[in-house]
Amino acid sequence: MAEQNNRRRGAQRLEPKAKVAVKRSASATSGRKPRQATALRYDSDNHWQTAKTAFSRLLTTPAATLMTVAVLAIALALPGVLYSGLKNVQQVAASWEGDPRIALYMELSVDDQQADSLSRELLLRDDLAAVELISRADGLAEFRALSGFGDVLEYLGQNPIPAVITVQPALMSNDELIELQQQLEMEPGVAEAQLDMAWVQRLNSALEVAKRVVVMLGILLATAVLLVIGNTVRVSIESRREEILIAKLVGATDSWVRRPFLYTGAWYGFLGGLCGWGLIQLALMLIDTPVRELAGLYQNSFSLLGLGLVDTTLLICFSLFLGLIGAWVAVSRYLRSIEPQ
Amino acid sequence: MIRFDNVSKCYETGHEALTNVSFALDDGEMAFLTGHSGAGKSTLMKLIMLMERPTRGQVFVGEQNLAGLDRQQIPYHRRRIGVVFQNHQLLFDRTVFDNVTLPLMICGFSPRDAGRRARAALDKVGLLSKEKMNPIALSTGEQQRVGIARAIVHKPQVLLADEPTGNLDPQLSEEIMRLFLEFNRHGTTVLIASHDMGLIQRMRVRMLSLKQGRLAADG
Repeated sequence: MAEQNNRRRGAQRLEPKAKVAVKRSASATSGRKPRQATALRYDSDNHWQTAKTAFSRLLTTPAATLMTVAVLAIALALPGVLYSGLKNVQQVAASWEGDPRIALYMELSVDDQQADSLSRELLLRDDLAAVELISRADGLAEFRALSGFGDVLEYLGQNPIPAVITVQPALMSNDELIELQQQLEMEPGVAEAQLDMAWVQRLNSALEVAKRVVVMLGILLATAVLLVIGNTVRVSIESRREEILIAKLVGATDSWVRRPFLYTGAWYGFLGGLCGWGLIQLALMLIDTPVRELAGLYQNSFSLLGLGLVDTTLLICFSLFLGLIGAWVAVSRYLRSIEPQ
Repeated sequence: MIRFDNVSKCYETGHEALTNVSFALDDGEMAFLTGHSGAGKSTLMKLIMLMERPTRGQVFVGEQNLAGLDRQQIPYHRRRIGVVFQNHQLLFDRTVFDNVTLPLMICGFSPRDAGRRARAALDKVGLLSKEKMNPIALSTGEQQRVGIARAIVHKPQVLLADEPTGNLDPQLSEEIMRLFLEFNRHGTTVLIASHDMGLIQRMRVRMLSLKQGRLAADG
């Protein structure tokens, strides 16, 4: 009984206009309340019936439906692939040591011990996530190994390499980073503090540009989806013109006429979204192997992220929503055109 | 039931279809609307259906001034009226039965209820045996009777018919007219537009004749 009541309430919420209609016809007969309840329950069943009918109508023209769905899928997959590409690049950028670092070059007069005590001091600071000391001896050894100028050093007699402390700041804004850099430069014994964030900035702004492009492309292609569905629904309205005219003459409300077409639009949106998702997953699968190889070259174990459950749901809901809007606009335009002035 | 108060209708093209038409049709009354084609019969029907709005004057249906109805209320107004068209306006993509149940589905009847009422209506016009056929397979007279069944299936207060016998031979025309008389006897207000003078005179009911958009005779 409770369930029935809920259902009744749900139906009322869905179709306030239908309620009015039912009331009018029910008031003519004796039992008002039970009649209304059955009619409303029927109305919610009717929604499911309308959805099924709309779907089977799509199946009566399989080739046309398939082509429309394919167009929608491609229009949705293009920004979808770019978006998931972007998401992957962001993931890589985050996993790379993309965090800004500040390198503190010590005065030559500072020996390894002093540098060590400074680095210990720095370790205590809250705004630094990591501190690494490269002692003068280590620096020399590294230089000798990497540069190939080891012999030259012999002639210098003394070690020309200063101790270097690399610090990794905790998460902070660019302004704060610059402030921190200036602060560290004032530390006794520090000759120069170099903020190494140019490439991070470059990567981030490149990603920002890419994001904008994806959003713009997304908006354009979403408009295309809207127009394609709107136009397809318009064509199907044209083919049922007579039926609509007759229905209007025998007292069909706008929402009654609109409903099957809204379902048609929603089906197109849903199917387009589903196939678009399939295309995106296919594209990701195809580039997965080369990406793995590329990542292998960087000794990076990296696996491509798919769309994920949330994004998949969003994609399909969004495309369904576009379908509804497109259909709504098409039907409303048509309904206005057949009303008396 | 239907009242016209000095109604004029001027189309955008400048053509004045109706000029100062006034008449009243009582509840349960039946009348014919005659006149040559172009005299304004269809326009008058369209004004009752709210397919058109009058340029001047007021139309009342059952005490309701139609000028007071907005777009959202038009469907509920039309549900009080049954219409029979000259070219029957049936849908050939569905059965006779589905054609007749259409107004009931629109009003929100359950399929079972709608089915019962549709069969009763088809029975009245003598086509119960053909409910599963496609209307395209029926004769013109039968198609017209399906149109009548569809017009009366939701028990409208008013029944309008625009040239319902236009394409029918005299015998079929009489049959159709007898159906209208019967609905009228059951209390439905009936207004039939027709130019079949011979038939109308034999029926002996009230006659409104239009001449170039004006009401020329009433009686």
